[in-house]
Amino acid sequence: MNKEQYQNLVKRKTPKENRLMNSIVAFFFGGFLGMLAEGVMQLIRHIFNLSILDATVWMMIIFIFVACLLTALGVFDKLVNIFKSSLIIPITGFAHSVTSAALDYKQDGLIQGVGSNCFKLAGSVILYGVVAAFVLVIIGVLIWQV
Amino acid sequence: MASIIFKNVYLNDAVSIVGPYEQKGEIKYLNGINDFYDSEKTFEDAEIKMQKSVLDQILFKNNLNSNNIDLVVGGDLMNQITATSYNIRNYPISFLGIYSACASFVESIIIASNMLETRFFKKGIVLTSSHNLTSEKQFRFPVEYGCLRPKRSTFTATGAVSALISNEISQIKVESATIGKVIDYGIKDVFNMGAVMAPAAASTIANHLKELKRDINYYDLVLTGDLGEVGKNILKEFLEINYQIKLKNHIDAGMQIYAPDQETYAGASGPVALPLVLFNKILKQKKYKKILVVGTGSLHSPVMCNQKHTIPAIAHAISLEVIS
Repeated sequence: MNKEQYQNLVKRKTPKENRLMNSIVAFFFGGFLGMLAEGVMQLIRHIFNLSILDATVWMMIIFIFVACLLTALGVFDKLVNIFKSSLIIPITGFAHSVTSAALDYKQDGLIQGVGSNCFKLAGSVILYGVVAAFVLVIIGVLIWQV
Repeated sequence: MASIIFKNVYLNDAVSIVGPYEQKGEIKYLNGINDFYDSEKTFEDAEIKMQKSVLDQILFKNNLNSNNIDLVVGGDLMNQITATSYNIRNYPISFLGIYSACASFVESIIIASNMLETRFFKKGIVLTSSHNLTSEKQFRFPVEYGCLRPKRSTFTATGAVSALISNEISQIKVESATIGKVIDYGIKDVFNMGAVMAPAAASTIANHLKELKRDINYYDLVLTGDLGEVGKNILKEFLEINYQIKLKNHIDAGMQIYAPDQETYAGASGPVALPLVLFNKILKQKKYKKILVVGTGSLHSPVMCNQKHTIPAIAHAISLEVIS
């Protein structure tokens, strides 16, 4: 049996993932999370009489805090198992990735441990986020200003 | 030739300890820890503590101390086989540290058996451990990240096992062994360890039977390490197609440890999975007389996987005979 035939055998014997079901779950709960965020934002806006921009920032701070807290309490990973990517894609997932990496290295010291490892997963989001923003802004300027 | 027949090597005793998940599983164990820290500060310390506890217990149970033991052979999954080396530093015993991932336990027995067969060594201890979260951290994602795992993935078992091996006759004889070759069938998927290791297991089983001129039916049971559900099915078909060997009485240790509702998917993995099932289930059942134990190890390194290399695997086999 050569390597290609083996790949076929492996493919045949490997169970299929429920991608459609996972996507549907992620879609609905992700949407629900967005709705919740909007609700929280509107609530803050009316209670504290803030502008939409300020209220959005506060809402994000709350969501980031809750995500970090749930990660630290060891609950977030269990929720991810139920709600799939709906919790990973939004800003909650970003917060979670930083906290979970930091937790892993807390015993390795503040510099060599937490400091150098807490962006282990989130680092690529930041790097490519900045690069993408840079490129898109240039494209935007070229299209609308020239 | 990669097979050896032993005349005077026996497994005298074994002690195991398991983690929280394993205790909720299918097999009953005498010792267990209730959380992954086991009142230590780090997971690494917890793994070292588990190993220390099985080593102390096996010495105590058999009225031995460090001076009576000529050799310890062992290894674990951590980088630089940390758990084993850091554990053994507390004992004045000669030590050989080995690594062949989840085949480490069988490799340890092969090395120790060879030493004992020379009669220069009288008593040896083989030692292995794994910890779900130390390996998760090292090979995959941060512990609390809880990355979604596909159905083909296996779950590293938490626990430690020590076994006393000597020339003194006991019920379990280490009869022969086959040293495996590193096999790479071009799998790159780090979640599909069963597919990575199945060809290595097949190659070692076939080699063992060929070199010792035995039929597969010579054995009452073939016990593989941690192929999991996917690997087990692949191995069966792979052996039939490539070596014309029909595997009948085959148990995969990885599939025996957890209960179906534990969401561990394809089964348990880790060097400790095989000895846990061997000593706590298979040998206790007293059902099988001749057992071929095949430890399977995926020799992957996260660095090489990131650099797009395929994953090599190895399998070592020992044949155990239960003397009644």
